[in-house]
Amino acid sequence: MTAMLDIKDLRAYYGQVQALHGLEFHLKEGSMTTLLGANGAGKTTTLRAICNMVRSTGTIEFEGKPLLGKTTENIVRLGIAHVPQGRGTFTNMTVEENLQLGAISRSDKAGIVSDIERMYEHFPVLKQRHTQQAGTLSGGEQQMLAVARALMLRPRLMLLDEPSFGLAPLIVRDLFKILGKINRDDKVTILVVEQNAQLALELADTAYVIETGRIVMSGKASDIANNEDVRKSYLGY
Amino acid sequence: MSAVQETVTDAPAIDAVPKRAMTLGAGTSIAVLLILLVVPLFVKNFVVFQLTTVLIYGIAVLALNILTGGSGQFSLGQSAFYALGAYISAILIEHAGMNYALTLPISGIVCFAFGFLFGLPALRLSGIYLALATFALATAMPQFLKLGALEYWTGGVQGLVVTKPDAPFGLPVSQDVWLYYFTLAISIAIYVASINLLRSRSGRAMMAIRDNEIAASAMGINISLYKTLAFGVSAGITGVAGGLGAIAVQFVAPDSYTIQLAIALFLGMVVGGVGWLPGSIVGAAFIVFVPNIAESVSKGLSGAVFGVLLFVVIFLVPHGARQVALVSQHLVGKLKRS
Amino acid sequence: MELLSNQILAGIATGAIYACMALAVVMIYQAVDHLNFAQGEMAMFSTFMAWQMMQWGIPYWAAFVLTLILSFAGGIIIERLLFKPLAKAPILTNVAGFIALFAIVNSVAGLIWDFTIKQFPTPFGSAPFLGSQLISTHQAGMIGVTLLLLAFLFFFFRFTRIGLAMRAAATLPESARLVGINTSWMIALGWGMASGIGAIAGMLIAPVVFLEPNMMGGVLIYGFAAAVLGGLSSPLGAVLGGFLVGVFENLVGTYIPGAGNELKLPIALALIVIVLVVKPSGLFGHTVIKRV
Repeated sequence: MTAMLDIKDLRAYYGQVQALHGLEFHLKEGSMTTLLGANGAGKTTTLRAICNMVRSTGTIEFEGKPLLGKTTENIVRLGIAHVPQGRGTFTNMTVEENLQLGAISRSDKAGIVSDIERMYEHFPVLKQRHTQQAGTLSGGEQQMLAVARALMLRPRLMLLDEPSFGLAPLIVRDLFKILGKINRDDKVTILVVEQNAQLALELADTAYVIETGRIVMSGKASDIANNEDVRKSYLGY
Repeated sequence: MSAVQETVTDAPAIDAVPKRAMTLGAGTSIAVLLILLVVPLFVKNFVVFQLTTVLIYGIAVLALNILTGGSGQFSLGQSAFYALGAYISAILIEHAGMNYALTLPISGIVCFAFGFLFGLPALRLSGIYLALATFALATAMPQFLKLGALEYWTGGVQGLVVTKPDAPFGLPVSQDVWLYYFTLAISIAIYVASINLLRSRSGRAMMAIRDNEIAASAMGINISLYKTLAFGVSAGITGVAGGLGAIAVQFVAPDSYTIQLAIALFLGMVVGGVGWLPGSIVGAAFIVFVPNIAESVSKGLSGAVFGVLLFVVIFLVPHGARQVALVSQHLVGKLKRS
Repeated sequence: MELLSNQILAGIATGAIYACMALAVVMIYQAVDHLNFAQGEMAMFSTFMAWQMMQWGIPYWAAFVLTLILSFAGGIIIERLLFKPLAKAPILTNVAGFIALFAIVNSVAGLIWDFTIKQFPTPFGSAPFLGSQLISTHQAGMIGVTLLLLAFLFFFFRFTRIGLAMRAAATLPESARLVGINTSWMIALGWGMASGIGAIAGMLIAPVVFLEPNMMGGVLIYGFAAAVLGGLSSPLGAVLGGFLVGVFENLVGTYIPGAGNELKLPIALALIVIVLVVKPSGLFGHTVIKRV
């Protein structure tokens, strides 16, 4: 099957500092993949490179179309939703406005309205707070809002950067359950970057491990989770 | 009114200048110094006077660099401290018969005090709001100087004429040349002192405040102290520049110190490279010479020509003269290696 | 007591000018997060264009609409040509750009139309408004137009998709791009709208202060001050700020002895600064909680 996302020899730079040294990986359509690694390994940089938020060279292809050279907003419009680190919530706008912003590049009004309703079904707490300012929501609620906002794009690929950050484990479990549902029911390919390897490996079907800007391990999530050596050397548990 | 949460992870408004890059290298510094020492021998007195003006504005721009580039506080009000320093010197020379050189430290200290005091309410303001407050200060100063009540001292709208000093000890140099070297000596002293200030603990505290005020305060830095200190130091140095200006130009008048001067100093800072002290003199040269060039190109459109030249500069080197210095450094480095 | 209320009313009337200018200032601040010093000059230039059209025989309202369209386009063109290249440059460099634009526009206007004062017509007439000696029909018209503009902007930002997109692009540009918004064009649009509002402000102000290249200097300062006083994030705050500034200015002129025309400005500004020291984010601004 052709890969949905095809990355070859990706190098990324922050000014003079090189953060990715020839990364290579592929995402199968419909898969739930997790990218694991320690702090500073290059996980966030990888997601940012996909959306052209950092200077990079190499090849990134989405459904056969090259991404490098396109602006971030044009990449997003191809159907790639990115929930960044820190969530990027529009804190001084309401919950509902945040959802509307998620769909701002779409033109089908009726579809948008029904999608907002669907989001409220996925995440009832958002419906409760839909006229509240997003900045007043709790961490977990903001994360749900961020995911919901990403879904409003009706993306084919969703990138999530450390969605579990700062959240209580129970909330993370709920969130990951929802992500699994979205992956299966709405057929959204998902790439989750995580530091919390254990939960991520339970959720995903494929896993990549990145260390200092290079992929050092890849394979089925269950295999990696069961491989004690890998866990101890790269994932810390 | 609602509360908005802002996560201060954005880059600070003012770029940090790494310590190493804060000055010119030793070689370049000596070269520049030699040029500055030798130049008056080759040019007419009027050009020497212009160069003195460049040095004086250089001091004022340097002061602004310490305040904005060093502690991150915007000021459009430097003209007020410049005016204050100028008038203090003028009044002391003309009304009290004081020796011109002695008036400078007095101008400096008085302006330091006023700057420090102004810095106190300014603590509550930042960015745009601080710019507005300093702007108010700048527009108020000429009006203040015109007040009837002070007319005996200030000379009112007409201002005061200041006697130009002769070279001391009967040295056979013209007044302009003497004043140039006098100013040069003071400039060098202030430059060296400022570099040392920025490298010192106080300087680091100021720069920490510039980069991230909350983090700085969490580290135990006394924000209020350092911010007001920065204002004070900057005002004091500007006051000295003002005093020198009064002596060099031989008169002071309220309308010489309007907001236009404050804006010019601001532009000088940007063209020289914000926070890069050596650039101050480049910025000063820009604000002294380019308006003249603009006027010679077209009298009717001198403002437009100036604006166009300014745009050319900021398009080519958005980070000011510092960018030119960095690029040259790279090129020299490459040459050395090849 | 009657004198006080009269002065307050008169202040509100003159304040309409500042309110209008403040709206344009807030508009651009919402779009690009800085204050554009050249806005006053751009408004002045637009007003001159309208005047020129009327000299050529074009009737007032046609000239008004045409000027509005040209100013909108002009604002976008200036932004694309001169400020898009500076998008990655430091803020202070952009400010230097605004100053350069100011110098250019002022100088060119002076060359084309010279510095003699010209009359600019008002569509509202200048009779006393409702018999009051303090407010003329023109001033009432100014207040009316300003309030209309305010309503339009409120509606635009709150209820249209593009208004929402602009707000998003201004507050969190990176997040905005991640939902597919072309933030660069949002800035251009913001400039266009600010230019248009500035043109309206200029055309309303010119009948009162008379048309000449330096007419907007003082107005712009008061406009900024009003916008800052109102809180920079709120068009309503800008308008109220404008009226307040008008009142301050008038009261200062009336009640503080020796405050001639020239001293009014710094005193009014000082009062505003005092307000800011007490309330740093302006009267209607959002209190910003900063987290590291």
